Amino acid sequence: MSFWLHVMILLPFLFAIAVPFIYKKVSPRIHTGWFVLFIPLVIFIYLLAFIPKISNGNTFTETVPWMPSFNIDFTTYMDGLSLIFGLLISGIGALVILYSIFYMSKHREALNNFYVYLLLFMGAMLGLVFSDNMIVLYVFWETTSVSSFLLIAYWYERETSRYGAQKSMLITIFGGLAMLAGFIMLSIMADTYSIREMISKASEISSHSLFIPAMILILIGAFTKSAQFPFSIWLPDAMEAPTPISAYLHSATMVKAGIYLVARLTPIFGGSAEWFWIVSVVGLITLLYGSVNAVRQTDLKALLAYSTISQLGLIMSLLGLGSASLYFGVGDDSSVYAVAIFAAIFHLVNHSTFKGSLFMVIGIIDHETGTRDIRRLGGLMHLMPISFTLAVIGSFAMAGLPPFNGFLSKEMFFTAVLNASSMSVFNADVIGLAIPIIAWIASVFTFVYSMILVFKTFGFRGKNKPEKLGRDVHEAPIGMLISPLVLGTLVIIFFFFPNTLSHYLLQPAMDAVLPTIAGEAGVLDIKISAWHGWNTELFMTLGVIGLGTLLYIYLKKWFPIYHLLPEGFTLNSLYNLGLEKMESVSKVITVRYMTGFIRDYLVYIFAFIILVVGGAMWLFDGYSFDLSKDAPVNIFEVILMTLMVITALAVLFSKKRLTAIVAVGALGFLVSFFFVLFRAPDLALTQLVVETVTTALFLLCFYHLPQLKKEISRIPFKAVNAVISIGVGVVVTIVALSANGNRLFSSISGYYENSYELAGAKNIVNSILVDFRGIDTMLEILVLCIAGLGVYTLIKLRPQRRDENEEAK
Amino acid sequence: MKKPNDVIIRSVTKVAVVIIFTFAINLFISGHHYPGGGFIGGLAFASGLILLFLTFDIEAVRRNIPVDFKVVAAVGVLIAVLTGVGAMLFDSPFLSQTFGYFNLPIFGRTELATAVIFDVGVALAVIGTSVTIIMSIGDDR
Repeated sequence: MSFWLHVMILLPFLFAIAVPFIYKKVSPRIHTGWFVLFIPLVIFIYLLAFIPKISNGNTFTETVPWMPSFNIDFTTYMDGLSLIFGLLISGIGALVILYSIFYMSKHREALNNFYVYLLLFMGAMLGLVFSDNMIVLYVFWETTSVSSFLLIAYWYERETSRYGAQKSMLITIFGGLAMLAGFIMLSIMADTYSIREMISKASEISSHSLFIPAMILILIGAFTKSAQFPFSIWLPDAMEAPTPISAYLHSATMVKAGIYLVARLTPIFGGSAEWFWIVSVVGLITLLYGSVNAVRQTDLKALLAYSTISQLGLIMSLLGLGSASLYFGVGDDSSVYAVAIFAAIFHLVNHSTFKGSLFMVIGIIDHETGTRDIRRLGGLMHLMPISFTLAVIGSFAMAGLPPFNGFLSKEMFFTAVLNASSMSVFNADVIGLAIPIIAWIASVFTFVYSMILVFKTFGFRGKNKPEKLGRDVHEAPIGMLISPLVLGTLVIIFFFFPNTLSHYLLQPAMDAVLPTIAGEAGVLDIKISAWHGWNTELFMTLGVIGLGTLLYIYLKKWFPIYHLLPEGFTLNSLYNLGLEKMESVSKVITVRYMTGFIRDYLVYIFAFIILVVGGAMWLFDGYSFDLSKDAPVNIFEVILMTLMVITALAVLFSKKRLTAIVAVGALGFLVSFFFVLFRAPDLALTQLVVETVTTALFLLCFYHLPQLKKEISRIPFKAVNAVISIGVGVVVTIVALSANGNRLFSSISGYYENSYELAGAKNIVNSILVDFRGIDTMLEILVLCIAGLGVYTLIKLRPQRRDENEEAK
Repeated sequence: MKKPNDVIIRSVTKVAVVIIFTFAINLFISGHHYPGGGFIGGLAFASGLILLFLTFDIEAVRRNIPVDFKVVAAVGVLIAVLTGVGAMLFDSPFLSQTFGYFNLPIFGRTELATAVIFDVGVALAVIGTSVTIIMSIGDDR
């Protein structure tokens, strides 16, 4: 048993610890990125070695116990699906880091933060795709959200960065929590946290009553992460992150985590009508929403953000449509829909390549010209020929044109939607027809924004001359071009050799998504070819090109339809309004009860005790006491009791604070006498010392307070006080008597009597404190320490007192 | 503020503090088998320090005992947590304690328990915290 997969996941985390030290040592002579680059490269090469084994149908599992008592083990699992993601994460990670070395200035930027966050993300993402345990997966899932938050807010001095970071955090963590609830439901149904074991119990799970709630909650998690409608609003704002990050997290990897989860759980949920409809409809809406909105953007990165949303919707809808194949089981029908799953995985890889390179090209343009505004750009074709070529490759692949990989997966997408339209199950007859139409319209818009991206930036358009940008624009340094060049080359290679890719990576991944069908030979044997005759798909593509070109040429004529919708009527303004209202409403509520008077807070606390404890006692008939077994009250106790009552009354009626403090102290000492009477020397000692120290503390505190004045207060005020204090006294007395009278369980003190054998100590109390219940004590002293620091901070580090300030004036 | 006549308390304190400290240490050590322990011992020690503060000027005490009690508290918590981690090095669950009997040169056959180290942490945390609080409030004139 080896643990190399664990080592691989932990490697970025461990290296992240070293990054600040390296940065301190080498900056600004050498760019820190050169050191970080090794990590993804090593991981990528390590993962490459798995390709032949995985394509032969092997899977790998390694387990390290984490919390065995809760059945939570850090189990890693590698199959075709996780391998593809692992390769994307490490491969694109390496390219992005290489790109960032030239993009991020080693003189101006805080590179240590940048690379620590980036490595955190990389490790979390690897952990996410390679873990088999749901709880571990969830932990990594939230870690990616947190690192994404940190990276979006990397330029935290900008308000838009902070806004975008907060937005992405709120939305993705909300989804993550929903997902956690879904995971817990799943684990209740399957009685395990292991995803593989859940898959083997899929038929049991699907008949459980929690099936639908768990599915919806998990889908909320996946949809928020993968920016599906209506949670998509965070992604455009996330573009405030540095461009390498946008290329890496917000197009190639993190936003695909939701897709990964949907694909991973398809064997459990797929085959049910709800899963099919929710995933495919949400995907299709997102596809249309994203592509329509991308056309109206003027910022190049915003355009890419919406196009990413749209492409994610495309992949999501394919996964939804493909899940139907699990409904049919093994047979000819299932392979028809399995094409959709295959297309989803294929397009996922393609999207990572072409969108990654496009982001990098936009980054280059931003870097060289200082703007990303389409309205100011134009005519860069001759100045930046290599970037132009790369942009053409990326955009044409995105638009679905040959000879680029996007063409192949787009054709398969059309095949899938056409199959879905003729589907006979899930009541798809009527709505089924709408699926290919929506897909086609969205593709037309995709074509339009792809053309905008290329020709409005690089093509010559009227008055937008590059000279107007006010700086000397030229081609990017070669180092910056390497990464997009590699991705652009892949875009073309995938077009010409799709079946190699398919054999080694895509088929194994599809087997992982559809494990029940995968066993049958030939069913899932899909051959990709660029030319398959004059079929409907080809005509759809031709239609897209034709209508798309027309729409692009007459863009100015129809663009005003975007202004038909009122300005405030967007999801974004809804989000902002919600945030604003949440703040103002909570402020109103808080101001109402946070009065600043300690007395009020005590009233809340004690009233709560009376209501909840007393109410519970009353509701459940808890107050029954049995005094017969109690020991008789002897004369010492009576004397002590009388003295205690007297001191307590003395506190109430004392005219001076000093008297009150001394009386409280005396009360405490009397209590410690009770401990002596009941033969609890430890408690008595503790009580004595505590009482001494607190009395001293009181004396010190009250030194600052004004003299006690005669309280002149209204009768109702006093009545409330009296009711509350008597109420608390009565409730506590009843609780104490009832607790003594009703023993629900046998005493556990017998166990501690063995302390000499178990802990080698004759003092039971102390061995409970330091040994049996050591963790309690540990946390108690931690609380104590924090409280001490709190007092210190409040007193020593507070701002100058107001009256002192006024005196100074 | 006029200078108080506190000759008696000063003289008594000088003797009493030594007794309190000795008693506190005794409480701490005897905690394993007899009443006492880290919490009480630490608190008793802290009360001795507080007596010093009350009797003498805080500045005077601070000059003679140049210890940052915030650090003492933090070190205490750290020791307590680390003993817990220490158990994990021996493949036992967090915070497992053990004990054994050893023949030491002067004391003869003596019981040594890892719980004592944990207790040192508790005592230090208690001393540090209570003195920090008292000093912060007492210093705030």
